[in-house]
Formats: sequence, structure tokens, C-alpha cells
Amino acid sequence: MSFTLLLDITIGGLILGGLYALVAAGLGLQYGVARILNVSHGEFIMLGAFATYSLHMLLGLNPIISLVITGPILFGLAFLIHKVLFMRLRKKAESAVIFEGNSLLVSFGLLFIIQNIALLFWGPDIKGYSYMSETVDLFGIVYAKNRLFAFLFAVVMGSSFYFFITRTRMGKAIRAASQDVNTAQLMGINTHWVLGFCFALGALLAGLAGSLISMMFEMTPTIGLPYTIIAIIAVVLGGLGNILGSLLGGLILGLVGNLVMSVDPGLSMIAYYMIFLLLLLVKPTGILGK
Amino acid sequence: MKAERFTWMRHQLLSPWFMAGVLLLIFLSAAPLLFAPYTIISITNVLMYIVMTVSWAFFSGPTQYLSLATAAFFGIGIYVSALAGEVLLFPLVITLGALLSFLIAVLVGLSTLRLRGMYFTIFTFGLSELIRHFVLWWEVNITGTVGRWVVAMDHTTVYYAMLTIGTVTLAVTQTVRISKYGLALRSIGDSEEAADHTGINVNTVKLFSFAISAVFTGAAGAAMATRWTYIDPSIAFNPLYSFMPVLMAIFGGITRIHGQIIGAVILTLLADLLLTTFPYYYMLLYGLILVVVILFVPGGLTGLQTDLKRLWQGGSGK
Amino acid sequence: MRILEVKDLRKTFGGLVATNRVDFHVDQGNIVGLIGPNGAGKTTLFNLISGALVPTSGKIVYQGEDITGLRPYQICRKGIARTFQQIKLFTNMTVLENTRVGVTFGRSADIQGPGVEDLSFELLDFVGLGGMEKGLAKDLPIGSQKRLEVARALATGPKLLLLDEVMAGLNPTEVGQAIELIKRIRDRGMTLFLVEHVMKAIMGLCDQIIVLHYGVKIAEGPPAAIVANQKVNEIYLGT
Repeated sequence: MSFTLLLDITIGGLILGGLYALVAAGLGLQYGVARILNVSHGEFIMLGAFATYSLHMLLGLNPIISLVITGPILFGLAFLIHKVLFMRLRKKAESAVIFEGNSLLVSFGLLFIIQNIALLFWGPDIKGYSYMSETVDLFGIVYAKNRLFAFLFAVVMGSSFYFFITRTRMGKAIRAASQDVNTAQLMGINTHWVLGFCFALGALLAGLAGSLISMMFEMTPTIGLPYTIIAIIAVVLGGLGNILGSLLGGLILGLVGNLVMSVDPGLSMIAYYMIFLLLLLVKPTGILGK
Repeated sequence: MKAERFTWMRHQLLSPWFMAGVLLLIFLSAAPLLFAPYTIISITNVLMYIVMTVSWAFFSGPTQYLSLATAAFFGIGIYVSALAGEVLLFPLVITLGALLSFLIAVLVGLSTLRLRGMYFTIFTFGLSELIRHFVLWWEVNITGTVGRWVVAMDHTTVYYAMLTIGTVTLAVTQTVRISKYGLALRSIGDSEEAADHTGINVNTVKLFSFAISAVFTGAAGAAMATRWTYIDPSIAFNPLYSFMPVLMAIFGGITRIHGQIIGAVILTLLADLLLTTFPYYYMLLYGLILVVVILFVPGGLTGLQTDLKRLWQGGSGK
Repeated sequence: MRILEVKDLRKTFGGLVATNRVDFHVDQGNIVGLIGPNGAGKTTLFNLISGALVPTSGKIVYQGEDITGLRPYQICRKGIARTFQQIKLFTNMTVLENTRVGVTFGRSADIQGPGVEDLSFELLDFVGLGGMEKGLAKDLPIGSQKRLEVARALATGPKLLLLDEVMAGLNPTEVGQAIELIKRIRDRGMTLFLVEHVMKAIMGLCDQIIVLHYGVKIAEGPPAAIVANQKVNEIYLGT
């Protein structure tokens, strides 16, 4: 294998990995802190993609600017959903296990609802737009500018997120809450607010990822679920409940995925699932898990 | 002691539910003579979901291991029918579908039943999806054509096949549930560690009941395959087949078998109705039903019945 | 006759040594106590004997048979039953059903039909829960829940009964009742192995006491010897 090819696969893997890391971090926050395995996570990605698309097509809005708009909107929407649906579930649930099961099922309901609404609103046809698709030459390999931008953005977001989680007080509160909600409460952390905040933050990251995706790929209302699955695998790979692990898991999956896709594009999902199943059998706690 | 056994059996056989069931069975056996083909096909559909829901709840209900593998076993049955339908007789095809599902359930169970809670659920979901993607890849790269044609079968034969499978499913699951085996299952669901220490071979019991829950779903898949003249992996292994039984059981009431049946009947007929009247909204409506049920009526319809009864009798029913 | 022999038993979790070369035996018909500060490894030892944990090294011999590494359900059927520090009842089942599970699955020889019911009723009566058969396990007060756990354990027909802090959380009257129950169980021919913190009860009941500290057996002997033991006094009794 030539060096250029290896470099190409690696860089491509990092680009994909950056995107997956963003997606995974979002889900990781939602499960790690709020204990909601949100299978409608991909739908928020899809919404972010379509919102950017519509803003671009209808208002001629620069997609990079949409990042600032779609993110907060999805944040608000998710915060509301959490308050109305999941908080209620939490109060009624007799045990953590029951809450997790019920919230999983409710998020499935959300999946159906959101996807159907999107189908009604935007229709089932493939949509896309062209933005920053001019190419740039890097180390003898050609890359589209939008992909490089997406990668850079993902890196910036990922690093900011990393700093936020590890260095700020809010971030530490979140990590505390993800490890032990009761103790965190005893230490004065307003866990109710933190739970909703984290859920919404997860959706915000999803929306941002969706915007990036809309710049690079085409979309239909059904693109969500594969990303959700990748996010779940990445989160488990990194360690369920470990938010930083989600970033790592996403990065690894991106690298592996790109490698597999260079051999046979149809094998990527299979590769992800095999990694997943093997992981669950050998070390379910993941790389960074206890 | 023998006399006591007979009294017990007589009590079961003469219970109103059982008698009603027998009458219903007799009635249903004569249905093709009484109703139009469309109705028969509709009933066949309902029977299919009854089998899947009751099978799912048989394992996942008492043990609280939420399995999302129903689509895998159903799809396996469908593909067995597609592959063997031209070569084997229909009853054999169904048996083969059932056996293969049983085998795969045992293999899956051996490796995964030590996973707890969320991990088990995600694993079963991932497994179903893996099988779907794998079959697709196989068809694209090895067989060369995606999807297969299925041997046509007239709707009356399929109807009687599903009626038989449905009856057998109910008979087996109910018998097991009442037996000491069912007691073991409930113990495991309540406190697996205590069950282990009280002499229950937890692994074997879990494995066996997981396999039973797969058998009838596989048979149903093999029987129903002919309703689609053409199948491909996304049709056969559609994830919805994993979620519908869960929703139906929860809707009807997961703990009692009549709850599971009622849930399956109502939601299947509802789906039929929605598909024809609001084809563009039916996912939305299903999602709403799911959310509403989980939020407000987590005990399902039969849970609601128990609550209402308690309310009627006044005071807490403790 | 030595009903239980623990030989050079060791259990490590990663770097932590929870049980460190523990060696002792229990004579049939005795009541043996296991004491030690929190974290000494008492429940771990019970878990090793009952099969919930697999030893890293060493042997466990029951009635002359090597049972090391057997699964909990197998050990239960051979005749060792236990209760748990954190009560693990079948909470959504009735009191009677809890006992029935024990009778149905835990015995070395199967009992069928009405014999199951009869034995269950008899056991519930024996532990003092007569008349409460129809209630749900989760609705019982803590004292009754402990009795039910004992009844379920007895239902499996053991010769050796492990009681893990069965008196924890009981008021003085209930402790007295528990002591009486334990004596009655012993009078039925059972050998008892108790983990307890209620010193008065242990000293009064036991023929033999084993003291554990950081996973190591630091003393063994009749109550009088233990009370006099200098090491035990330093480490455990606080003098």
C-alpha cells in the first residue's frame, strides 16, 4: 500500500472520525448524564441538516452562519422535549432500569414522529446543495474544501467540548452527575437542570453535525438512523457513561470505517456491527469504562 | 395425589378463558367459508402479530430482558421460505424456519445472555441489523441479485398455517408459564442472583425460553413469506418487526397473555386502518401512541383494567 | 464430622486481595460465627462458599466433596443455603411463592404436587410467618422479610445455612426472636454459619467464632477465647 494511499485513508478517516466524534459526544452526554439512550438522536442530526438546507435554499443563508442558528434552536427544542416527556418518566419510574427502558421506548416514538414530520415537510426525495465544493491539494491528495472545513470545525468543537468537560466547573458538574447522580446532588449540583441541559446540549451537537453533513453529503429524512447506530456503537466503544470516551469511540469508528469503505463501501455498517458485537462480548465496559 | 392433579387440570380446562378460546378457534377454523378473502388476509395478519407479541413477551416479560431480536428470527423464517419454498412442502418449510430460528437463538443466547439490561437490548438490536446488512452484502456481492421471489401460496393455506402456529404458540407459552418453569422465569426476572441461589439453573432457563420465543416467530416468518411475492433484506429484516411486538405487549399489558393478545389485535387493526386512511401520517400516529402509552399508561390496557377495578372497589387494593 | 472445610482460600480482584489464604472448618451441628470489621471480607467469603464468586485459589469441601467452582444453583442443591446482606426476595411474588420456589428448585430430591404446598406452609409457620402467605413480599416489614428469606433458604433443604447479617436493622425484641429462631433451626439438625455485628447474639449463640481482618483469619475459637484474644481486642473490639 503506497504512502499516499495510506495518508489518504487516514486523513479521510480523521475527517469522518471528527464527524462521528461530534455525533457520539452528543449521544454520550444524553446517556452518560441523563441516562437516556436517545435513538432519535439521528433525527436531530437530520433536522440540523435540513434546517441548514432550507435556510440556504430559501434565504441564501451561508451554511456556516446557520451553524449558529440551528444549534440553539435544536437545543431549545430538545430542552423542551426533555422537560415535557423525560422528566415525567423519571418521576414515575420505580427504578433506574425501568426509566432507561421506558425512555428508550419513548425515544423510539420520537424517532417515528420526527421522521414523519420531516417527510411531510420536505418530502422523501434526495436533497442537497453545493457549498465550498472546490478542491484543495494537500500532500498530493485532493480534498473538497467543505470536508476540510467540517474536519476543522469538528476538531474545534471537539476540543472546546473537551476543555469544557474537563476544565470548567459546569463541565465537572456534568461529569460528576454522570458518575453518580445522588452524590452529585448531595454536593449541591442542581441535577435536574444539569440533566435537561445535557440532553439539550447533546441535541445541539447533533444539529451542528447535521449542518456539517449537509455541506458534504446529500440527504433524505431517513439518514438519521445509521448515524444513531454509529453513535451508540461509538459510545459503547468508548465506555458507556464516559463522555470523553464517546469522542474517542467516534474517532476510532471513523478511522476504521473509512478504511473499510476504501475496500468495499457496503461493508462499513457490517464492520461497525461486528466491532460492536465483539466489544459487547469481550469488554462491554468499553475502552475507558470501569 | 393423582386425584388432585385431575382436579387442577379440570379447573384449567373448564375455565371461562379456555372455553372461550376453544369456541373462538372453532369459529376461526370455519372463517374462510364465511368471510371474504380480504377479511381472511386481515385476520392472518393479526394472527402473525399475536404470535410475535406473545412470543416476545414470553421471554422478555418475566425476565425483563428487553429483546429486539424479533426481526432477526422473523426474517430468517422469511428467507427460509424464499430459499426452500420451491423445493420443500409448506409444512416442512415452516418447520425448517422454526428450527433454524431455534438454533440461531441458542447460539446467540449462549454468548449474550450474560449481558445485562441495556447491553442485552442493544446487542439484540445490533444483531438483527447485522444480519440484515450481511444478507444484503451477500446478495450484492455473492449471489448477484438483491432479493428473491417467493413461491405463491393461496391465502387460505397461509391462513390455516398461521392459525395452527398461533394455537400452538398460545398452548405452549401458556402451559410453560403455568408450570414450574414459568415460576423459574419469574424468579429470574425478580432477582436473578436469588434465583441462582435457590437452585434455579439460570443460564439454561434463560437460554431455553429465549429459544422458545424465537421458534414461533421463525415459523410465522416462513408461513407469511408468501404475502410478499418479492422479498429483500430490508423487507424481511425490517426493524419495525422488533418494535411492534414490544409496543403491542406494552399497550395491551405485558404481564397477562390476554393483554398481549388484545394489544396485538388492536394495534394491528389500527395499523391497517391508518395505512389505508392516513398513509402519510401513520408513522407519526404510531409514534404518538407509543409515547402516550409509555407516559400515561405504562401498565397497558390490562394494567388500566386493574387500576380501574381497584378504584371501583374503593381504597388501595393491597 | 466436618461439614465444611475451607482450605487455603484466596480471592483477588485485580490488585486487591479480598480473601487471603483463609483456612478453617465447621463441624456438623455447630453454630459458627464470622466476625470482623467492615470490609474484612466476610460477605466475600460467603460468596465464595455459595458459589457466587469463584476462588482465585484454594479449595472448598462440603461433606467431603470438593465443591470449588461449582455454580450457585448446584451448591444450593447439594445442601448449602444462604441469606443475603441486602435482602434479595422475589419482591413481586407472594410470601408463599417465595418459599415454593425454594422447595421446587432447591432440593436435592424433588418434591411434587401437594407436598410442595404442605412444606411451604410448614416452613412459613416455623419461621413465624404463618397466616401471611398471600401477601406480597415487598409489602412485608423488614423483620418479616428477613424471616421470609430464612424460610426460602430452609425450603431448599440444606444441611448448612449461611446467614449474612440477618439481625441487621432489627430492634432488640426482634433480635431476641431471631436468636430463638436460630436455636430452633439448630435443634432441627442444621449447621449454621453466621455473619453478625450484634456481639451479644454472636457470643451467646456460637460454639465457634472466626475473626476476619482485611481478608485474613486472625483468630479462631470459642467465644470466651475470642473475647480474651489480645489481637482481636486491639483490632476489632476497640480496646
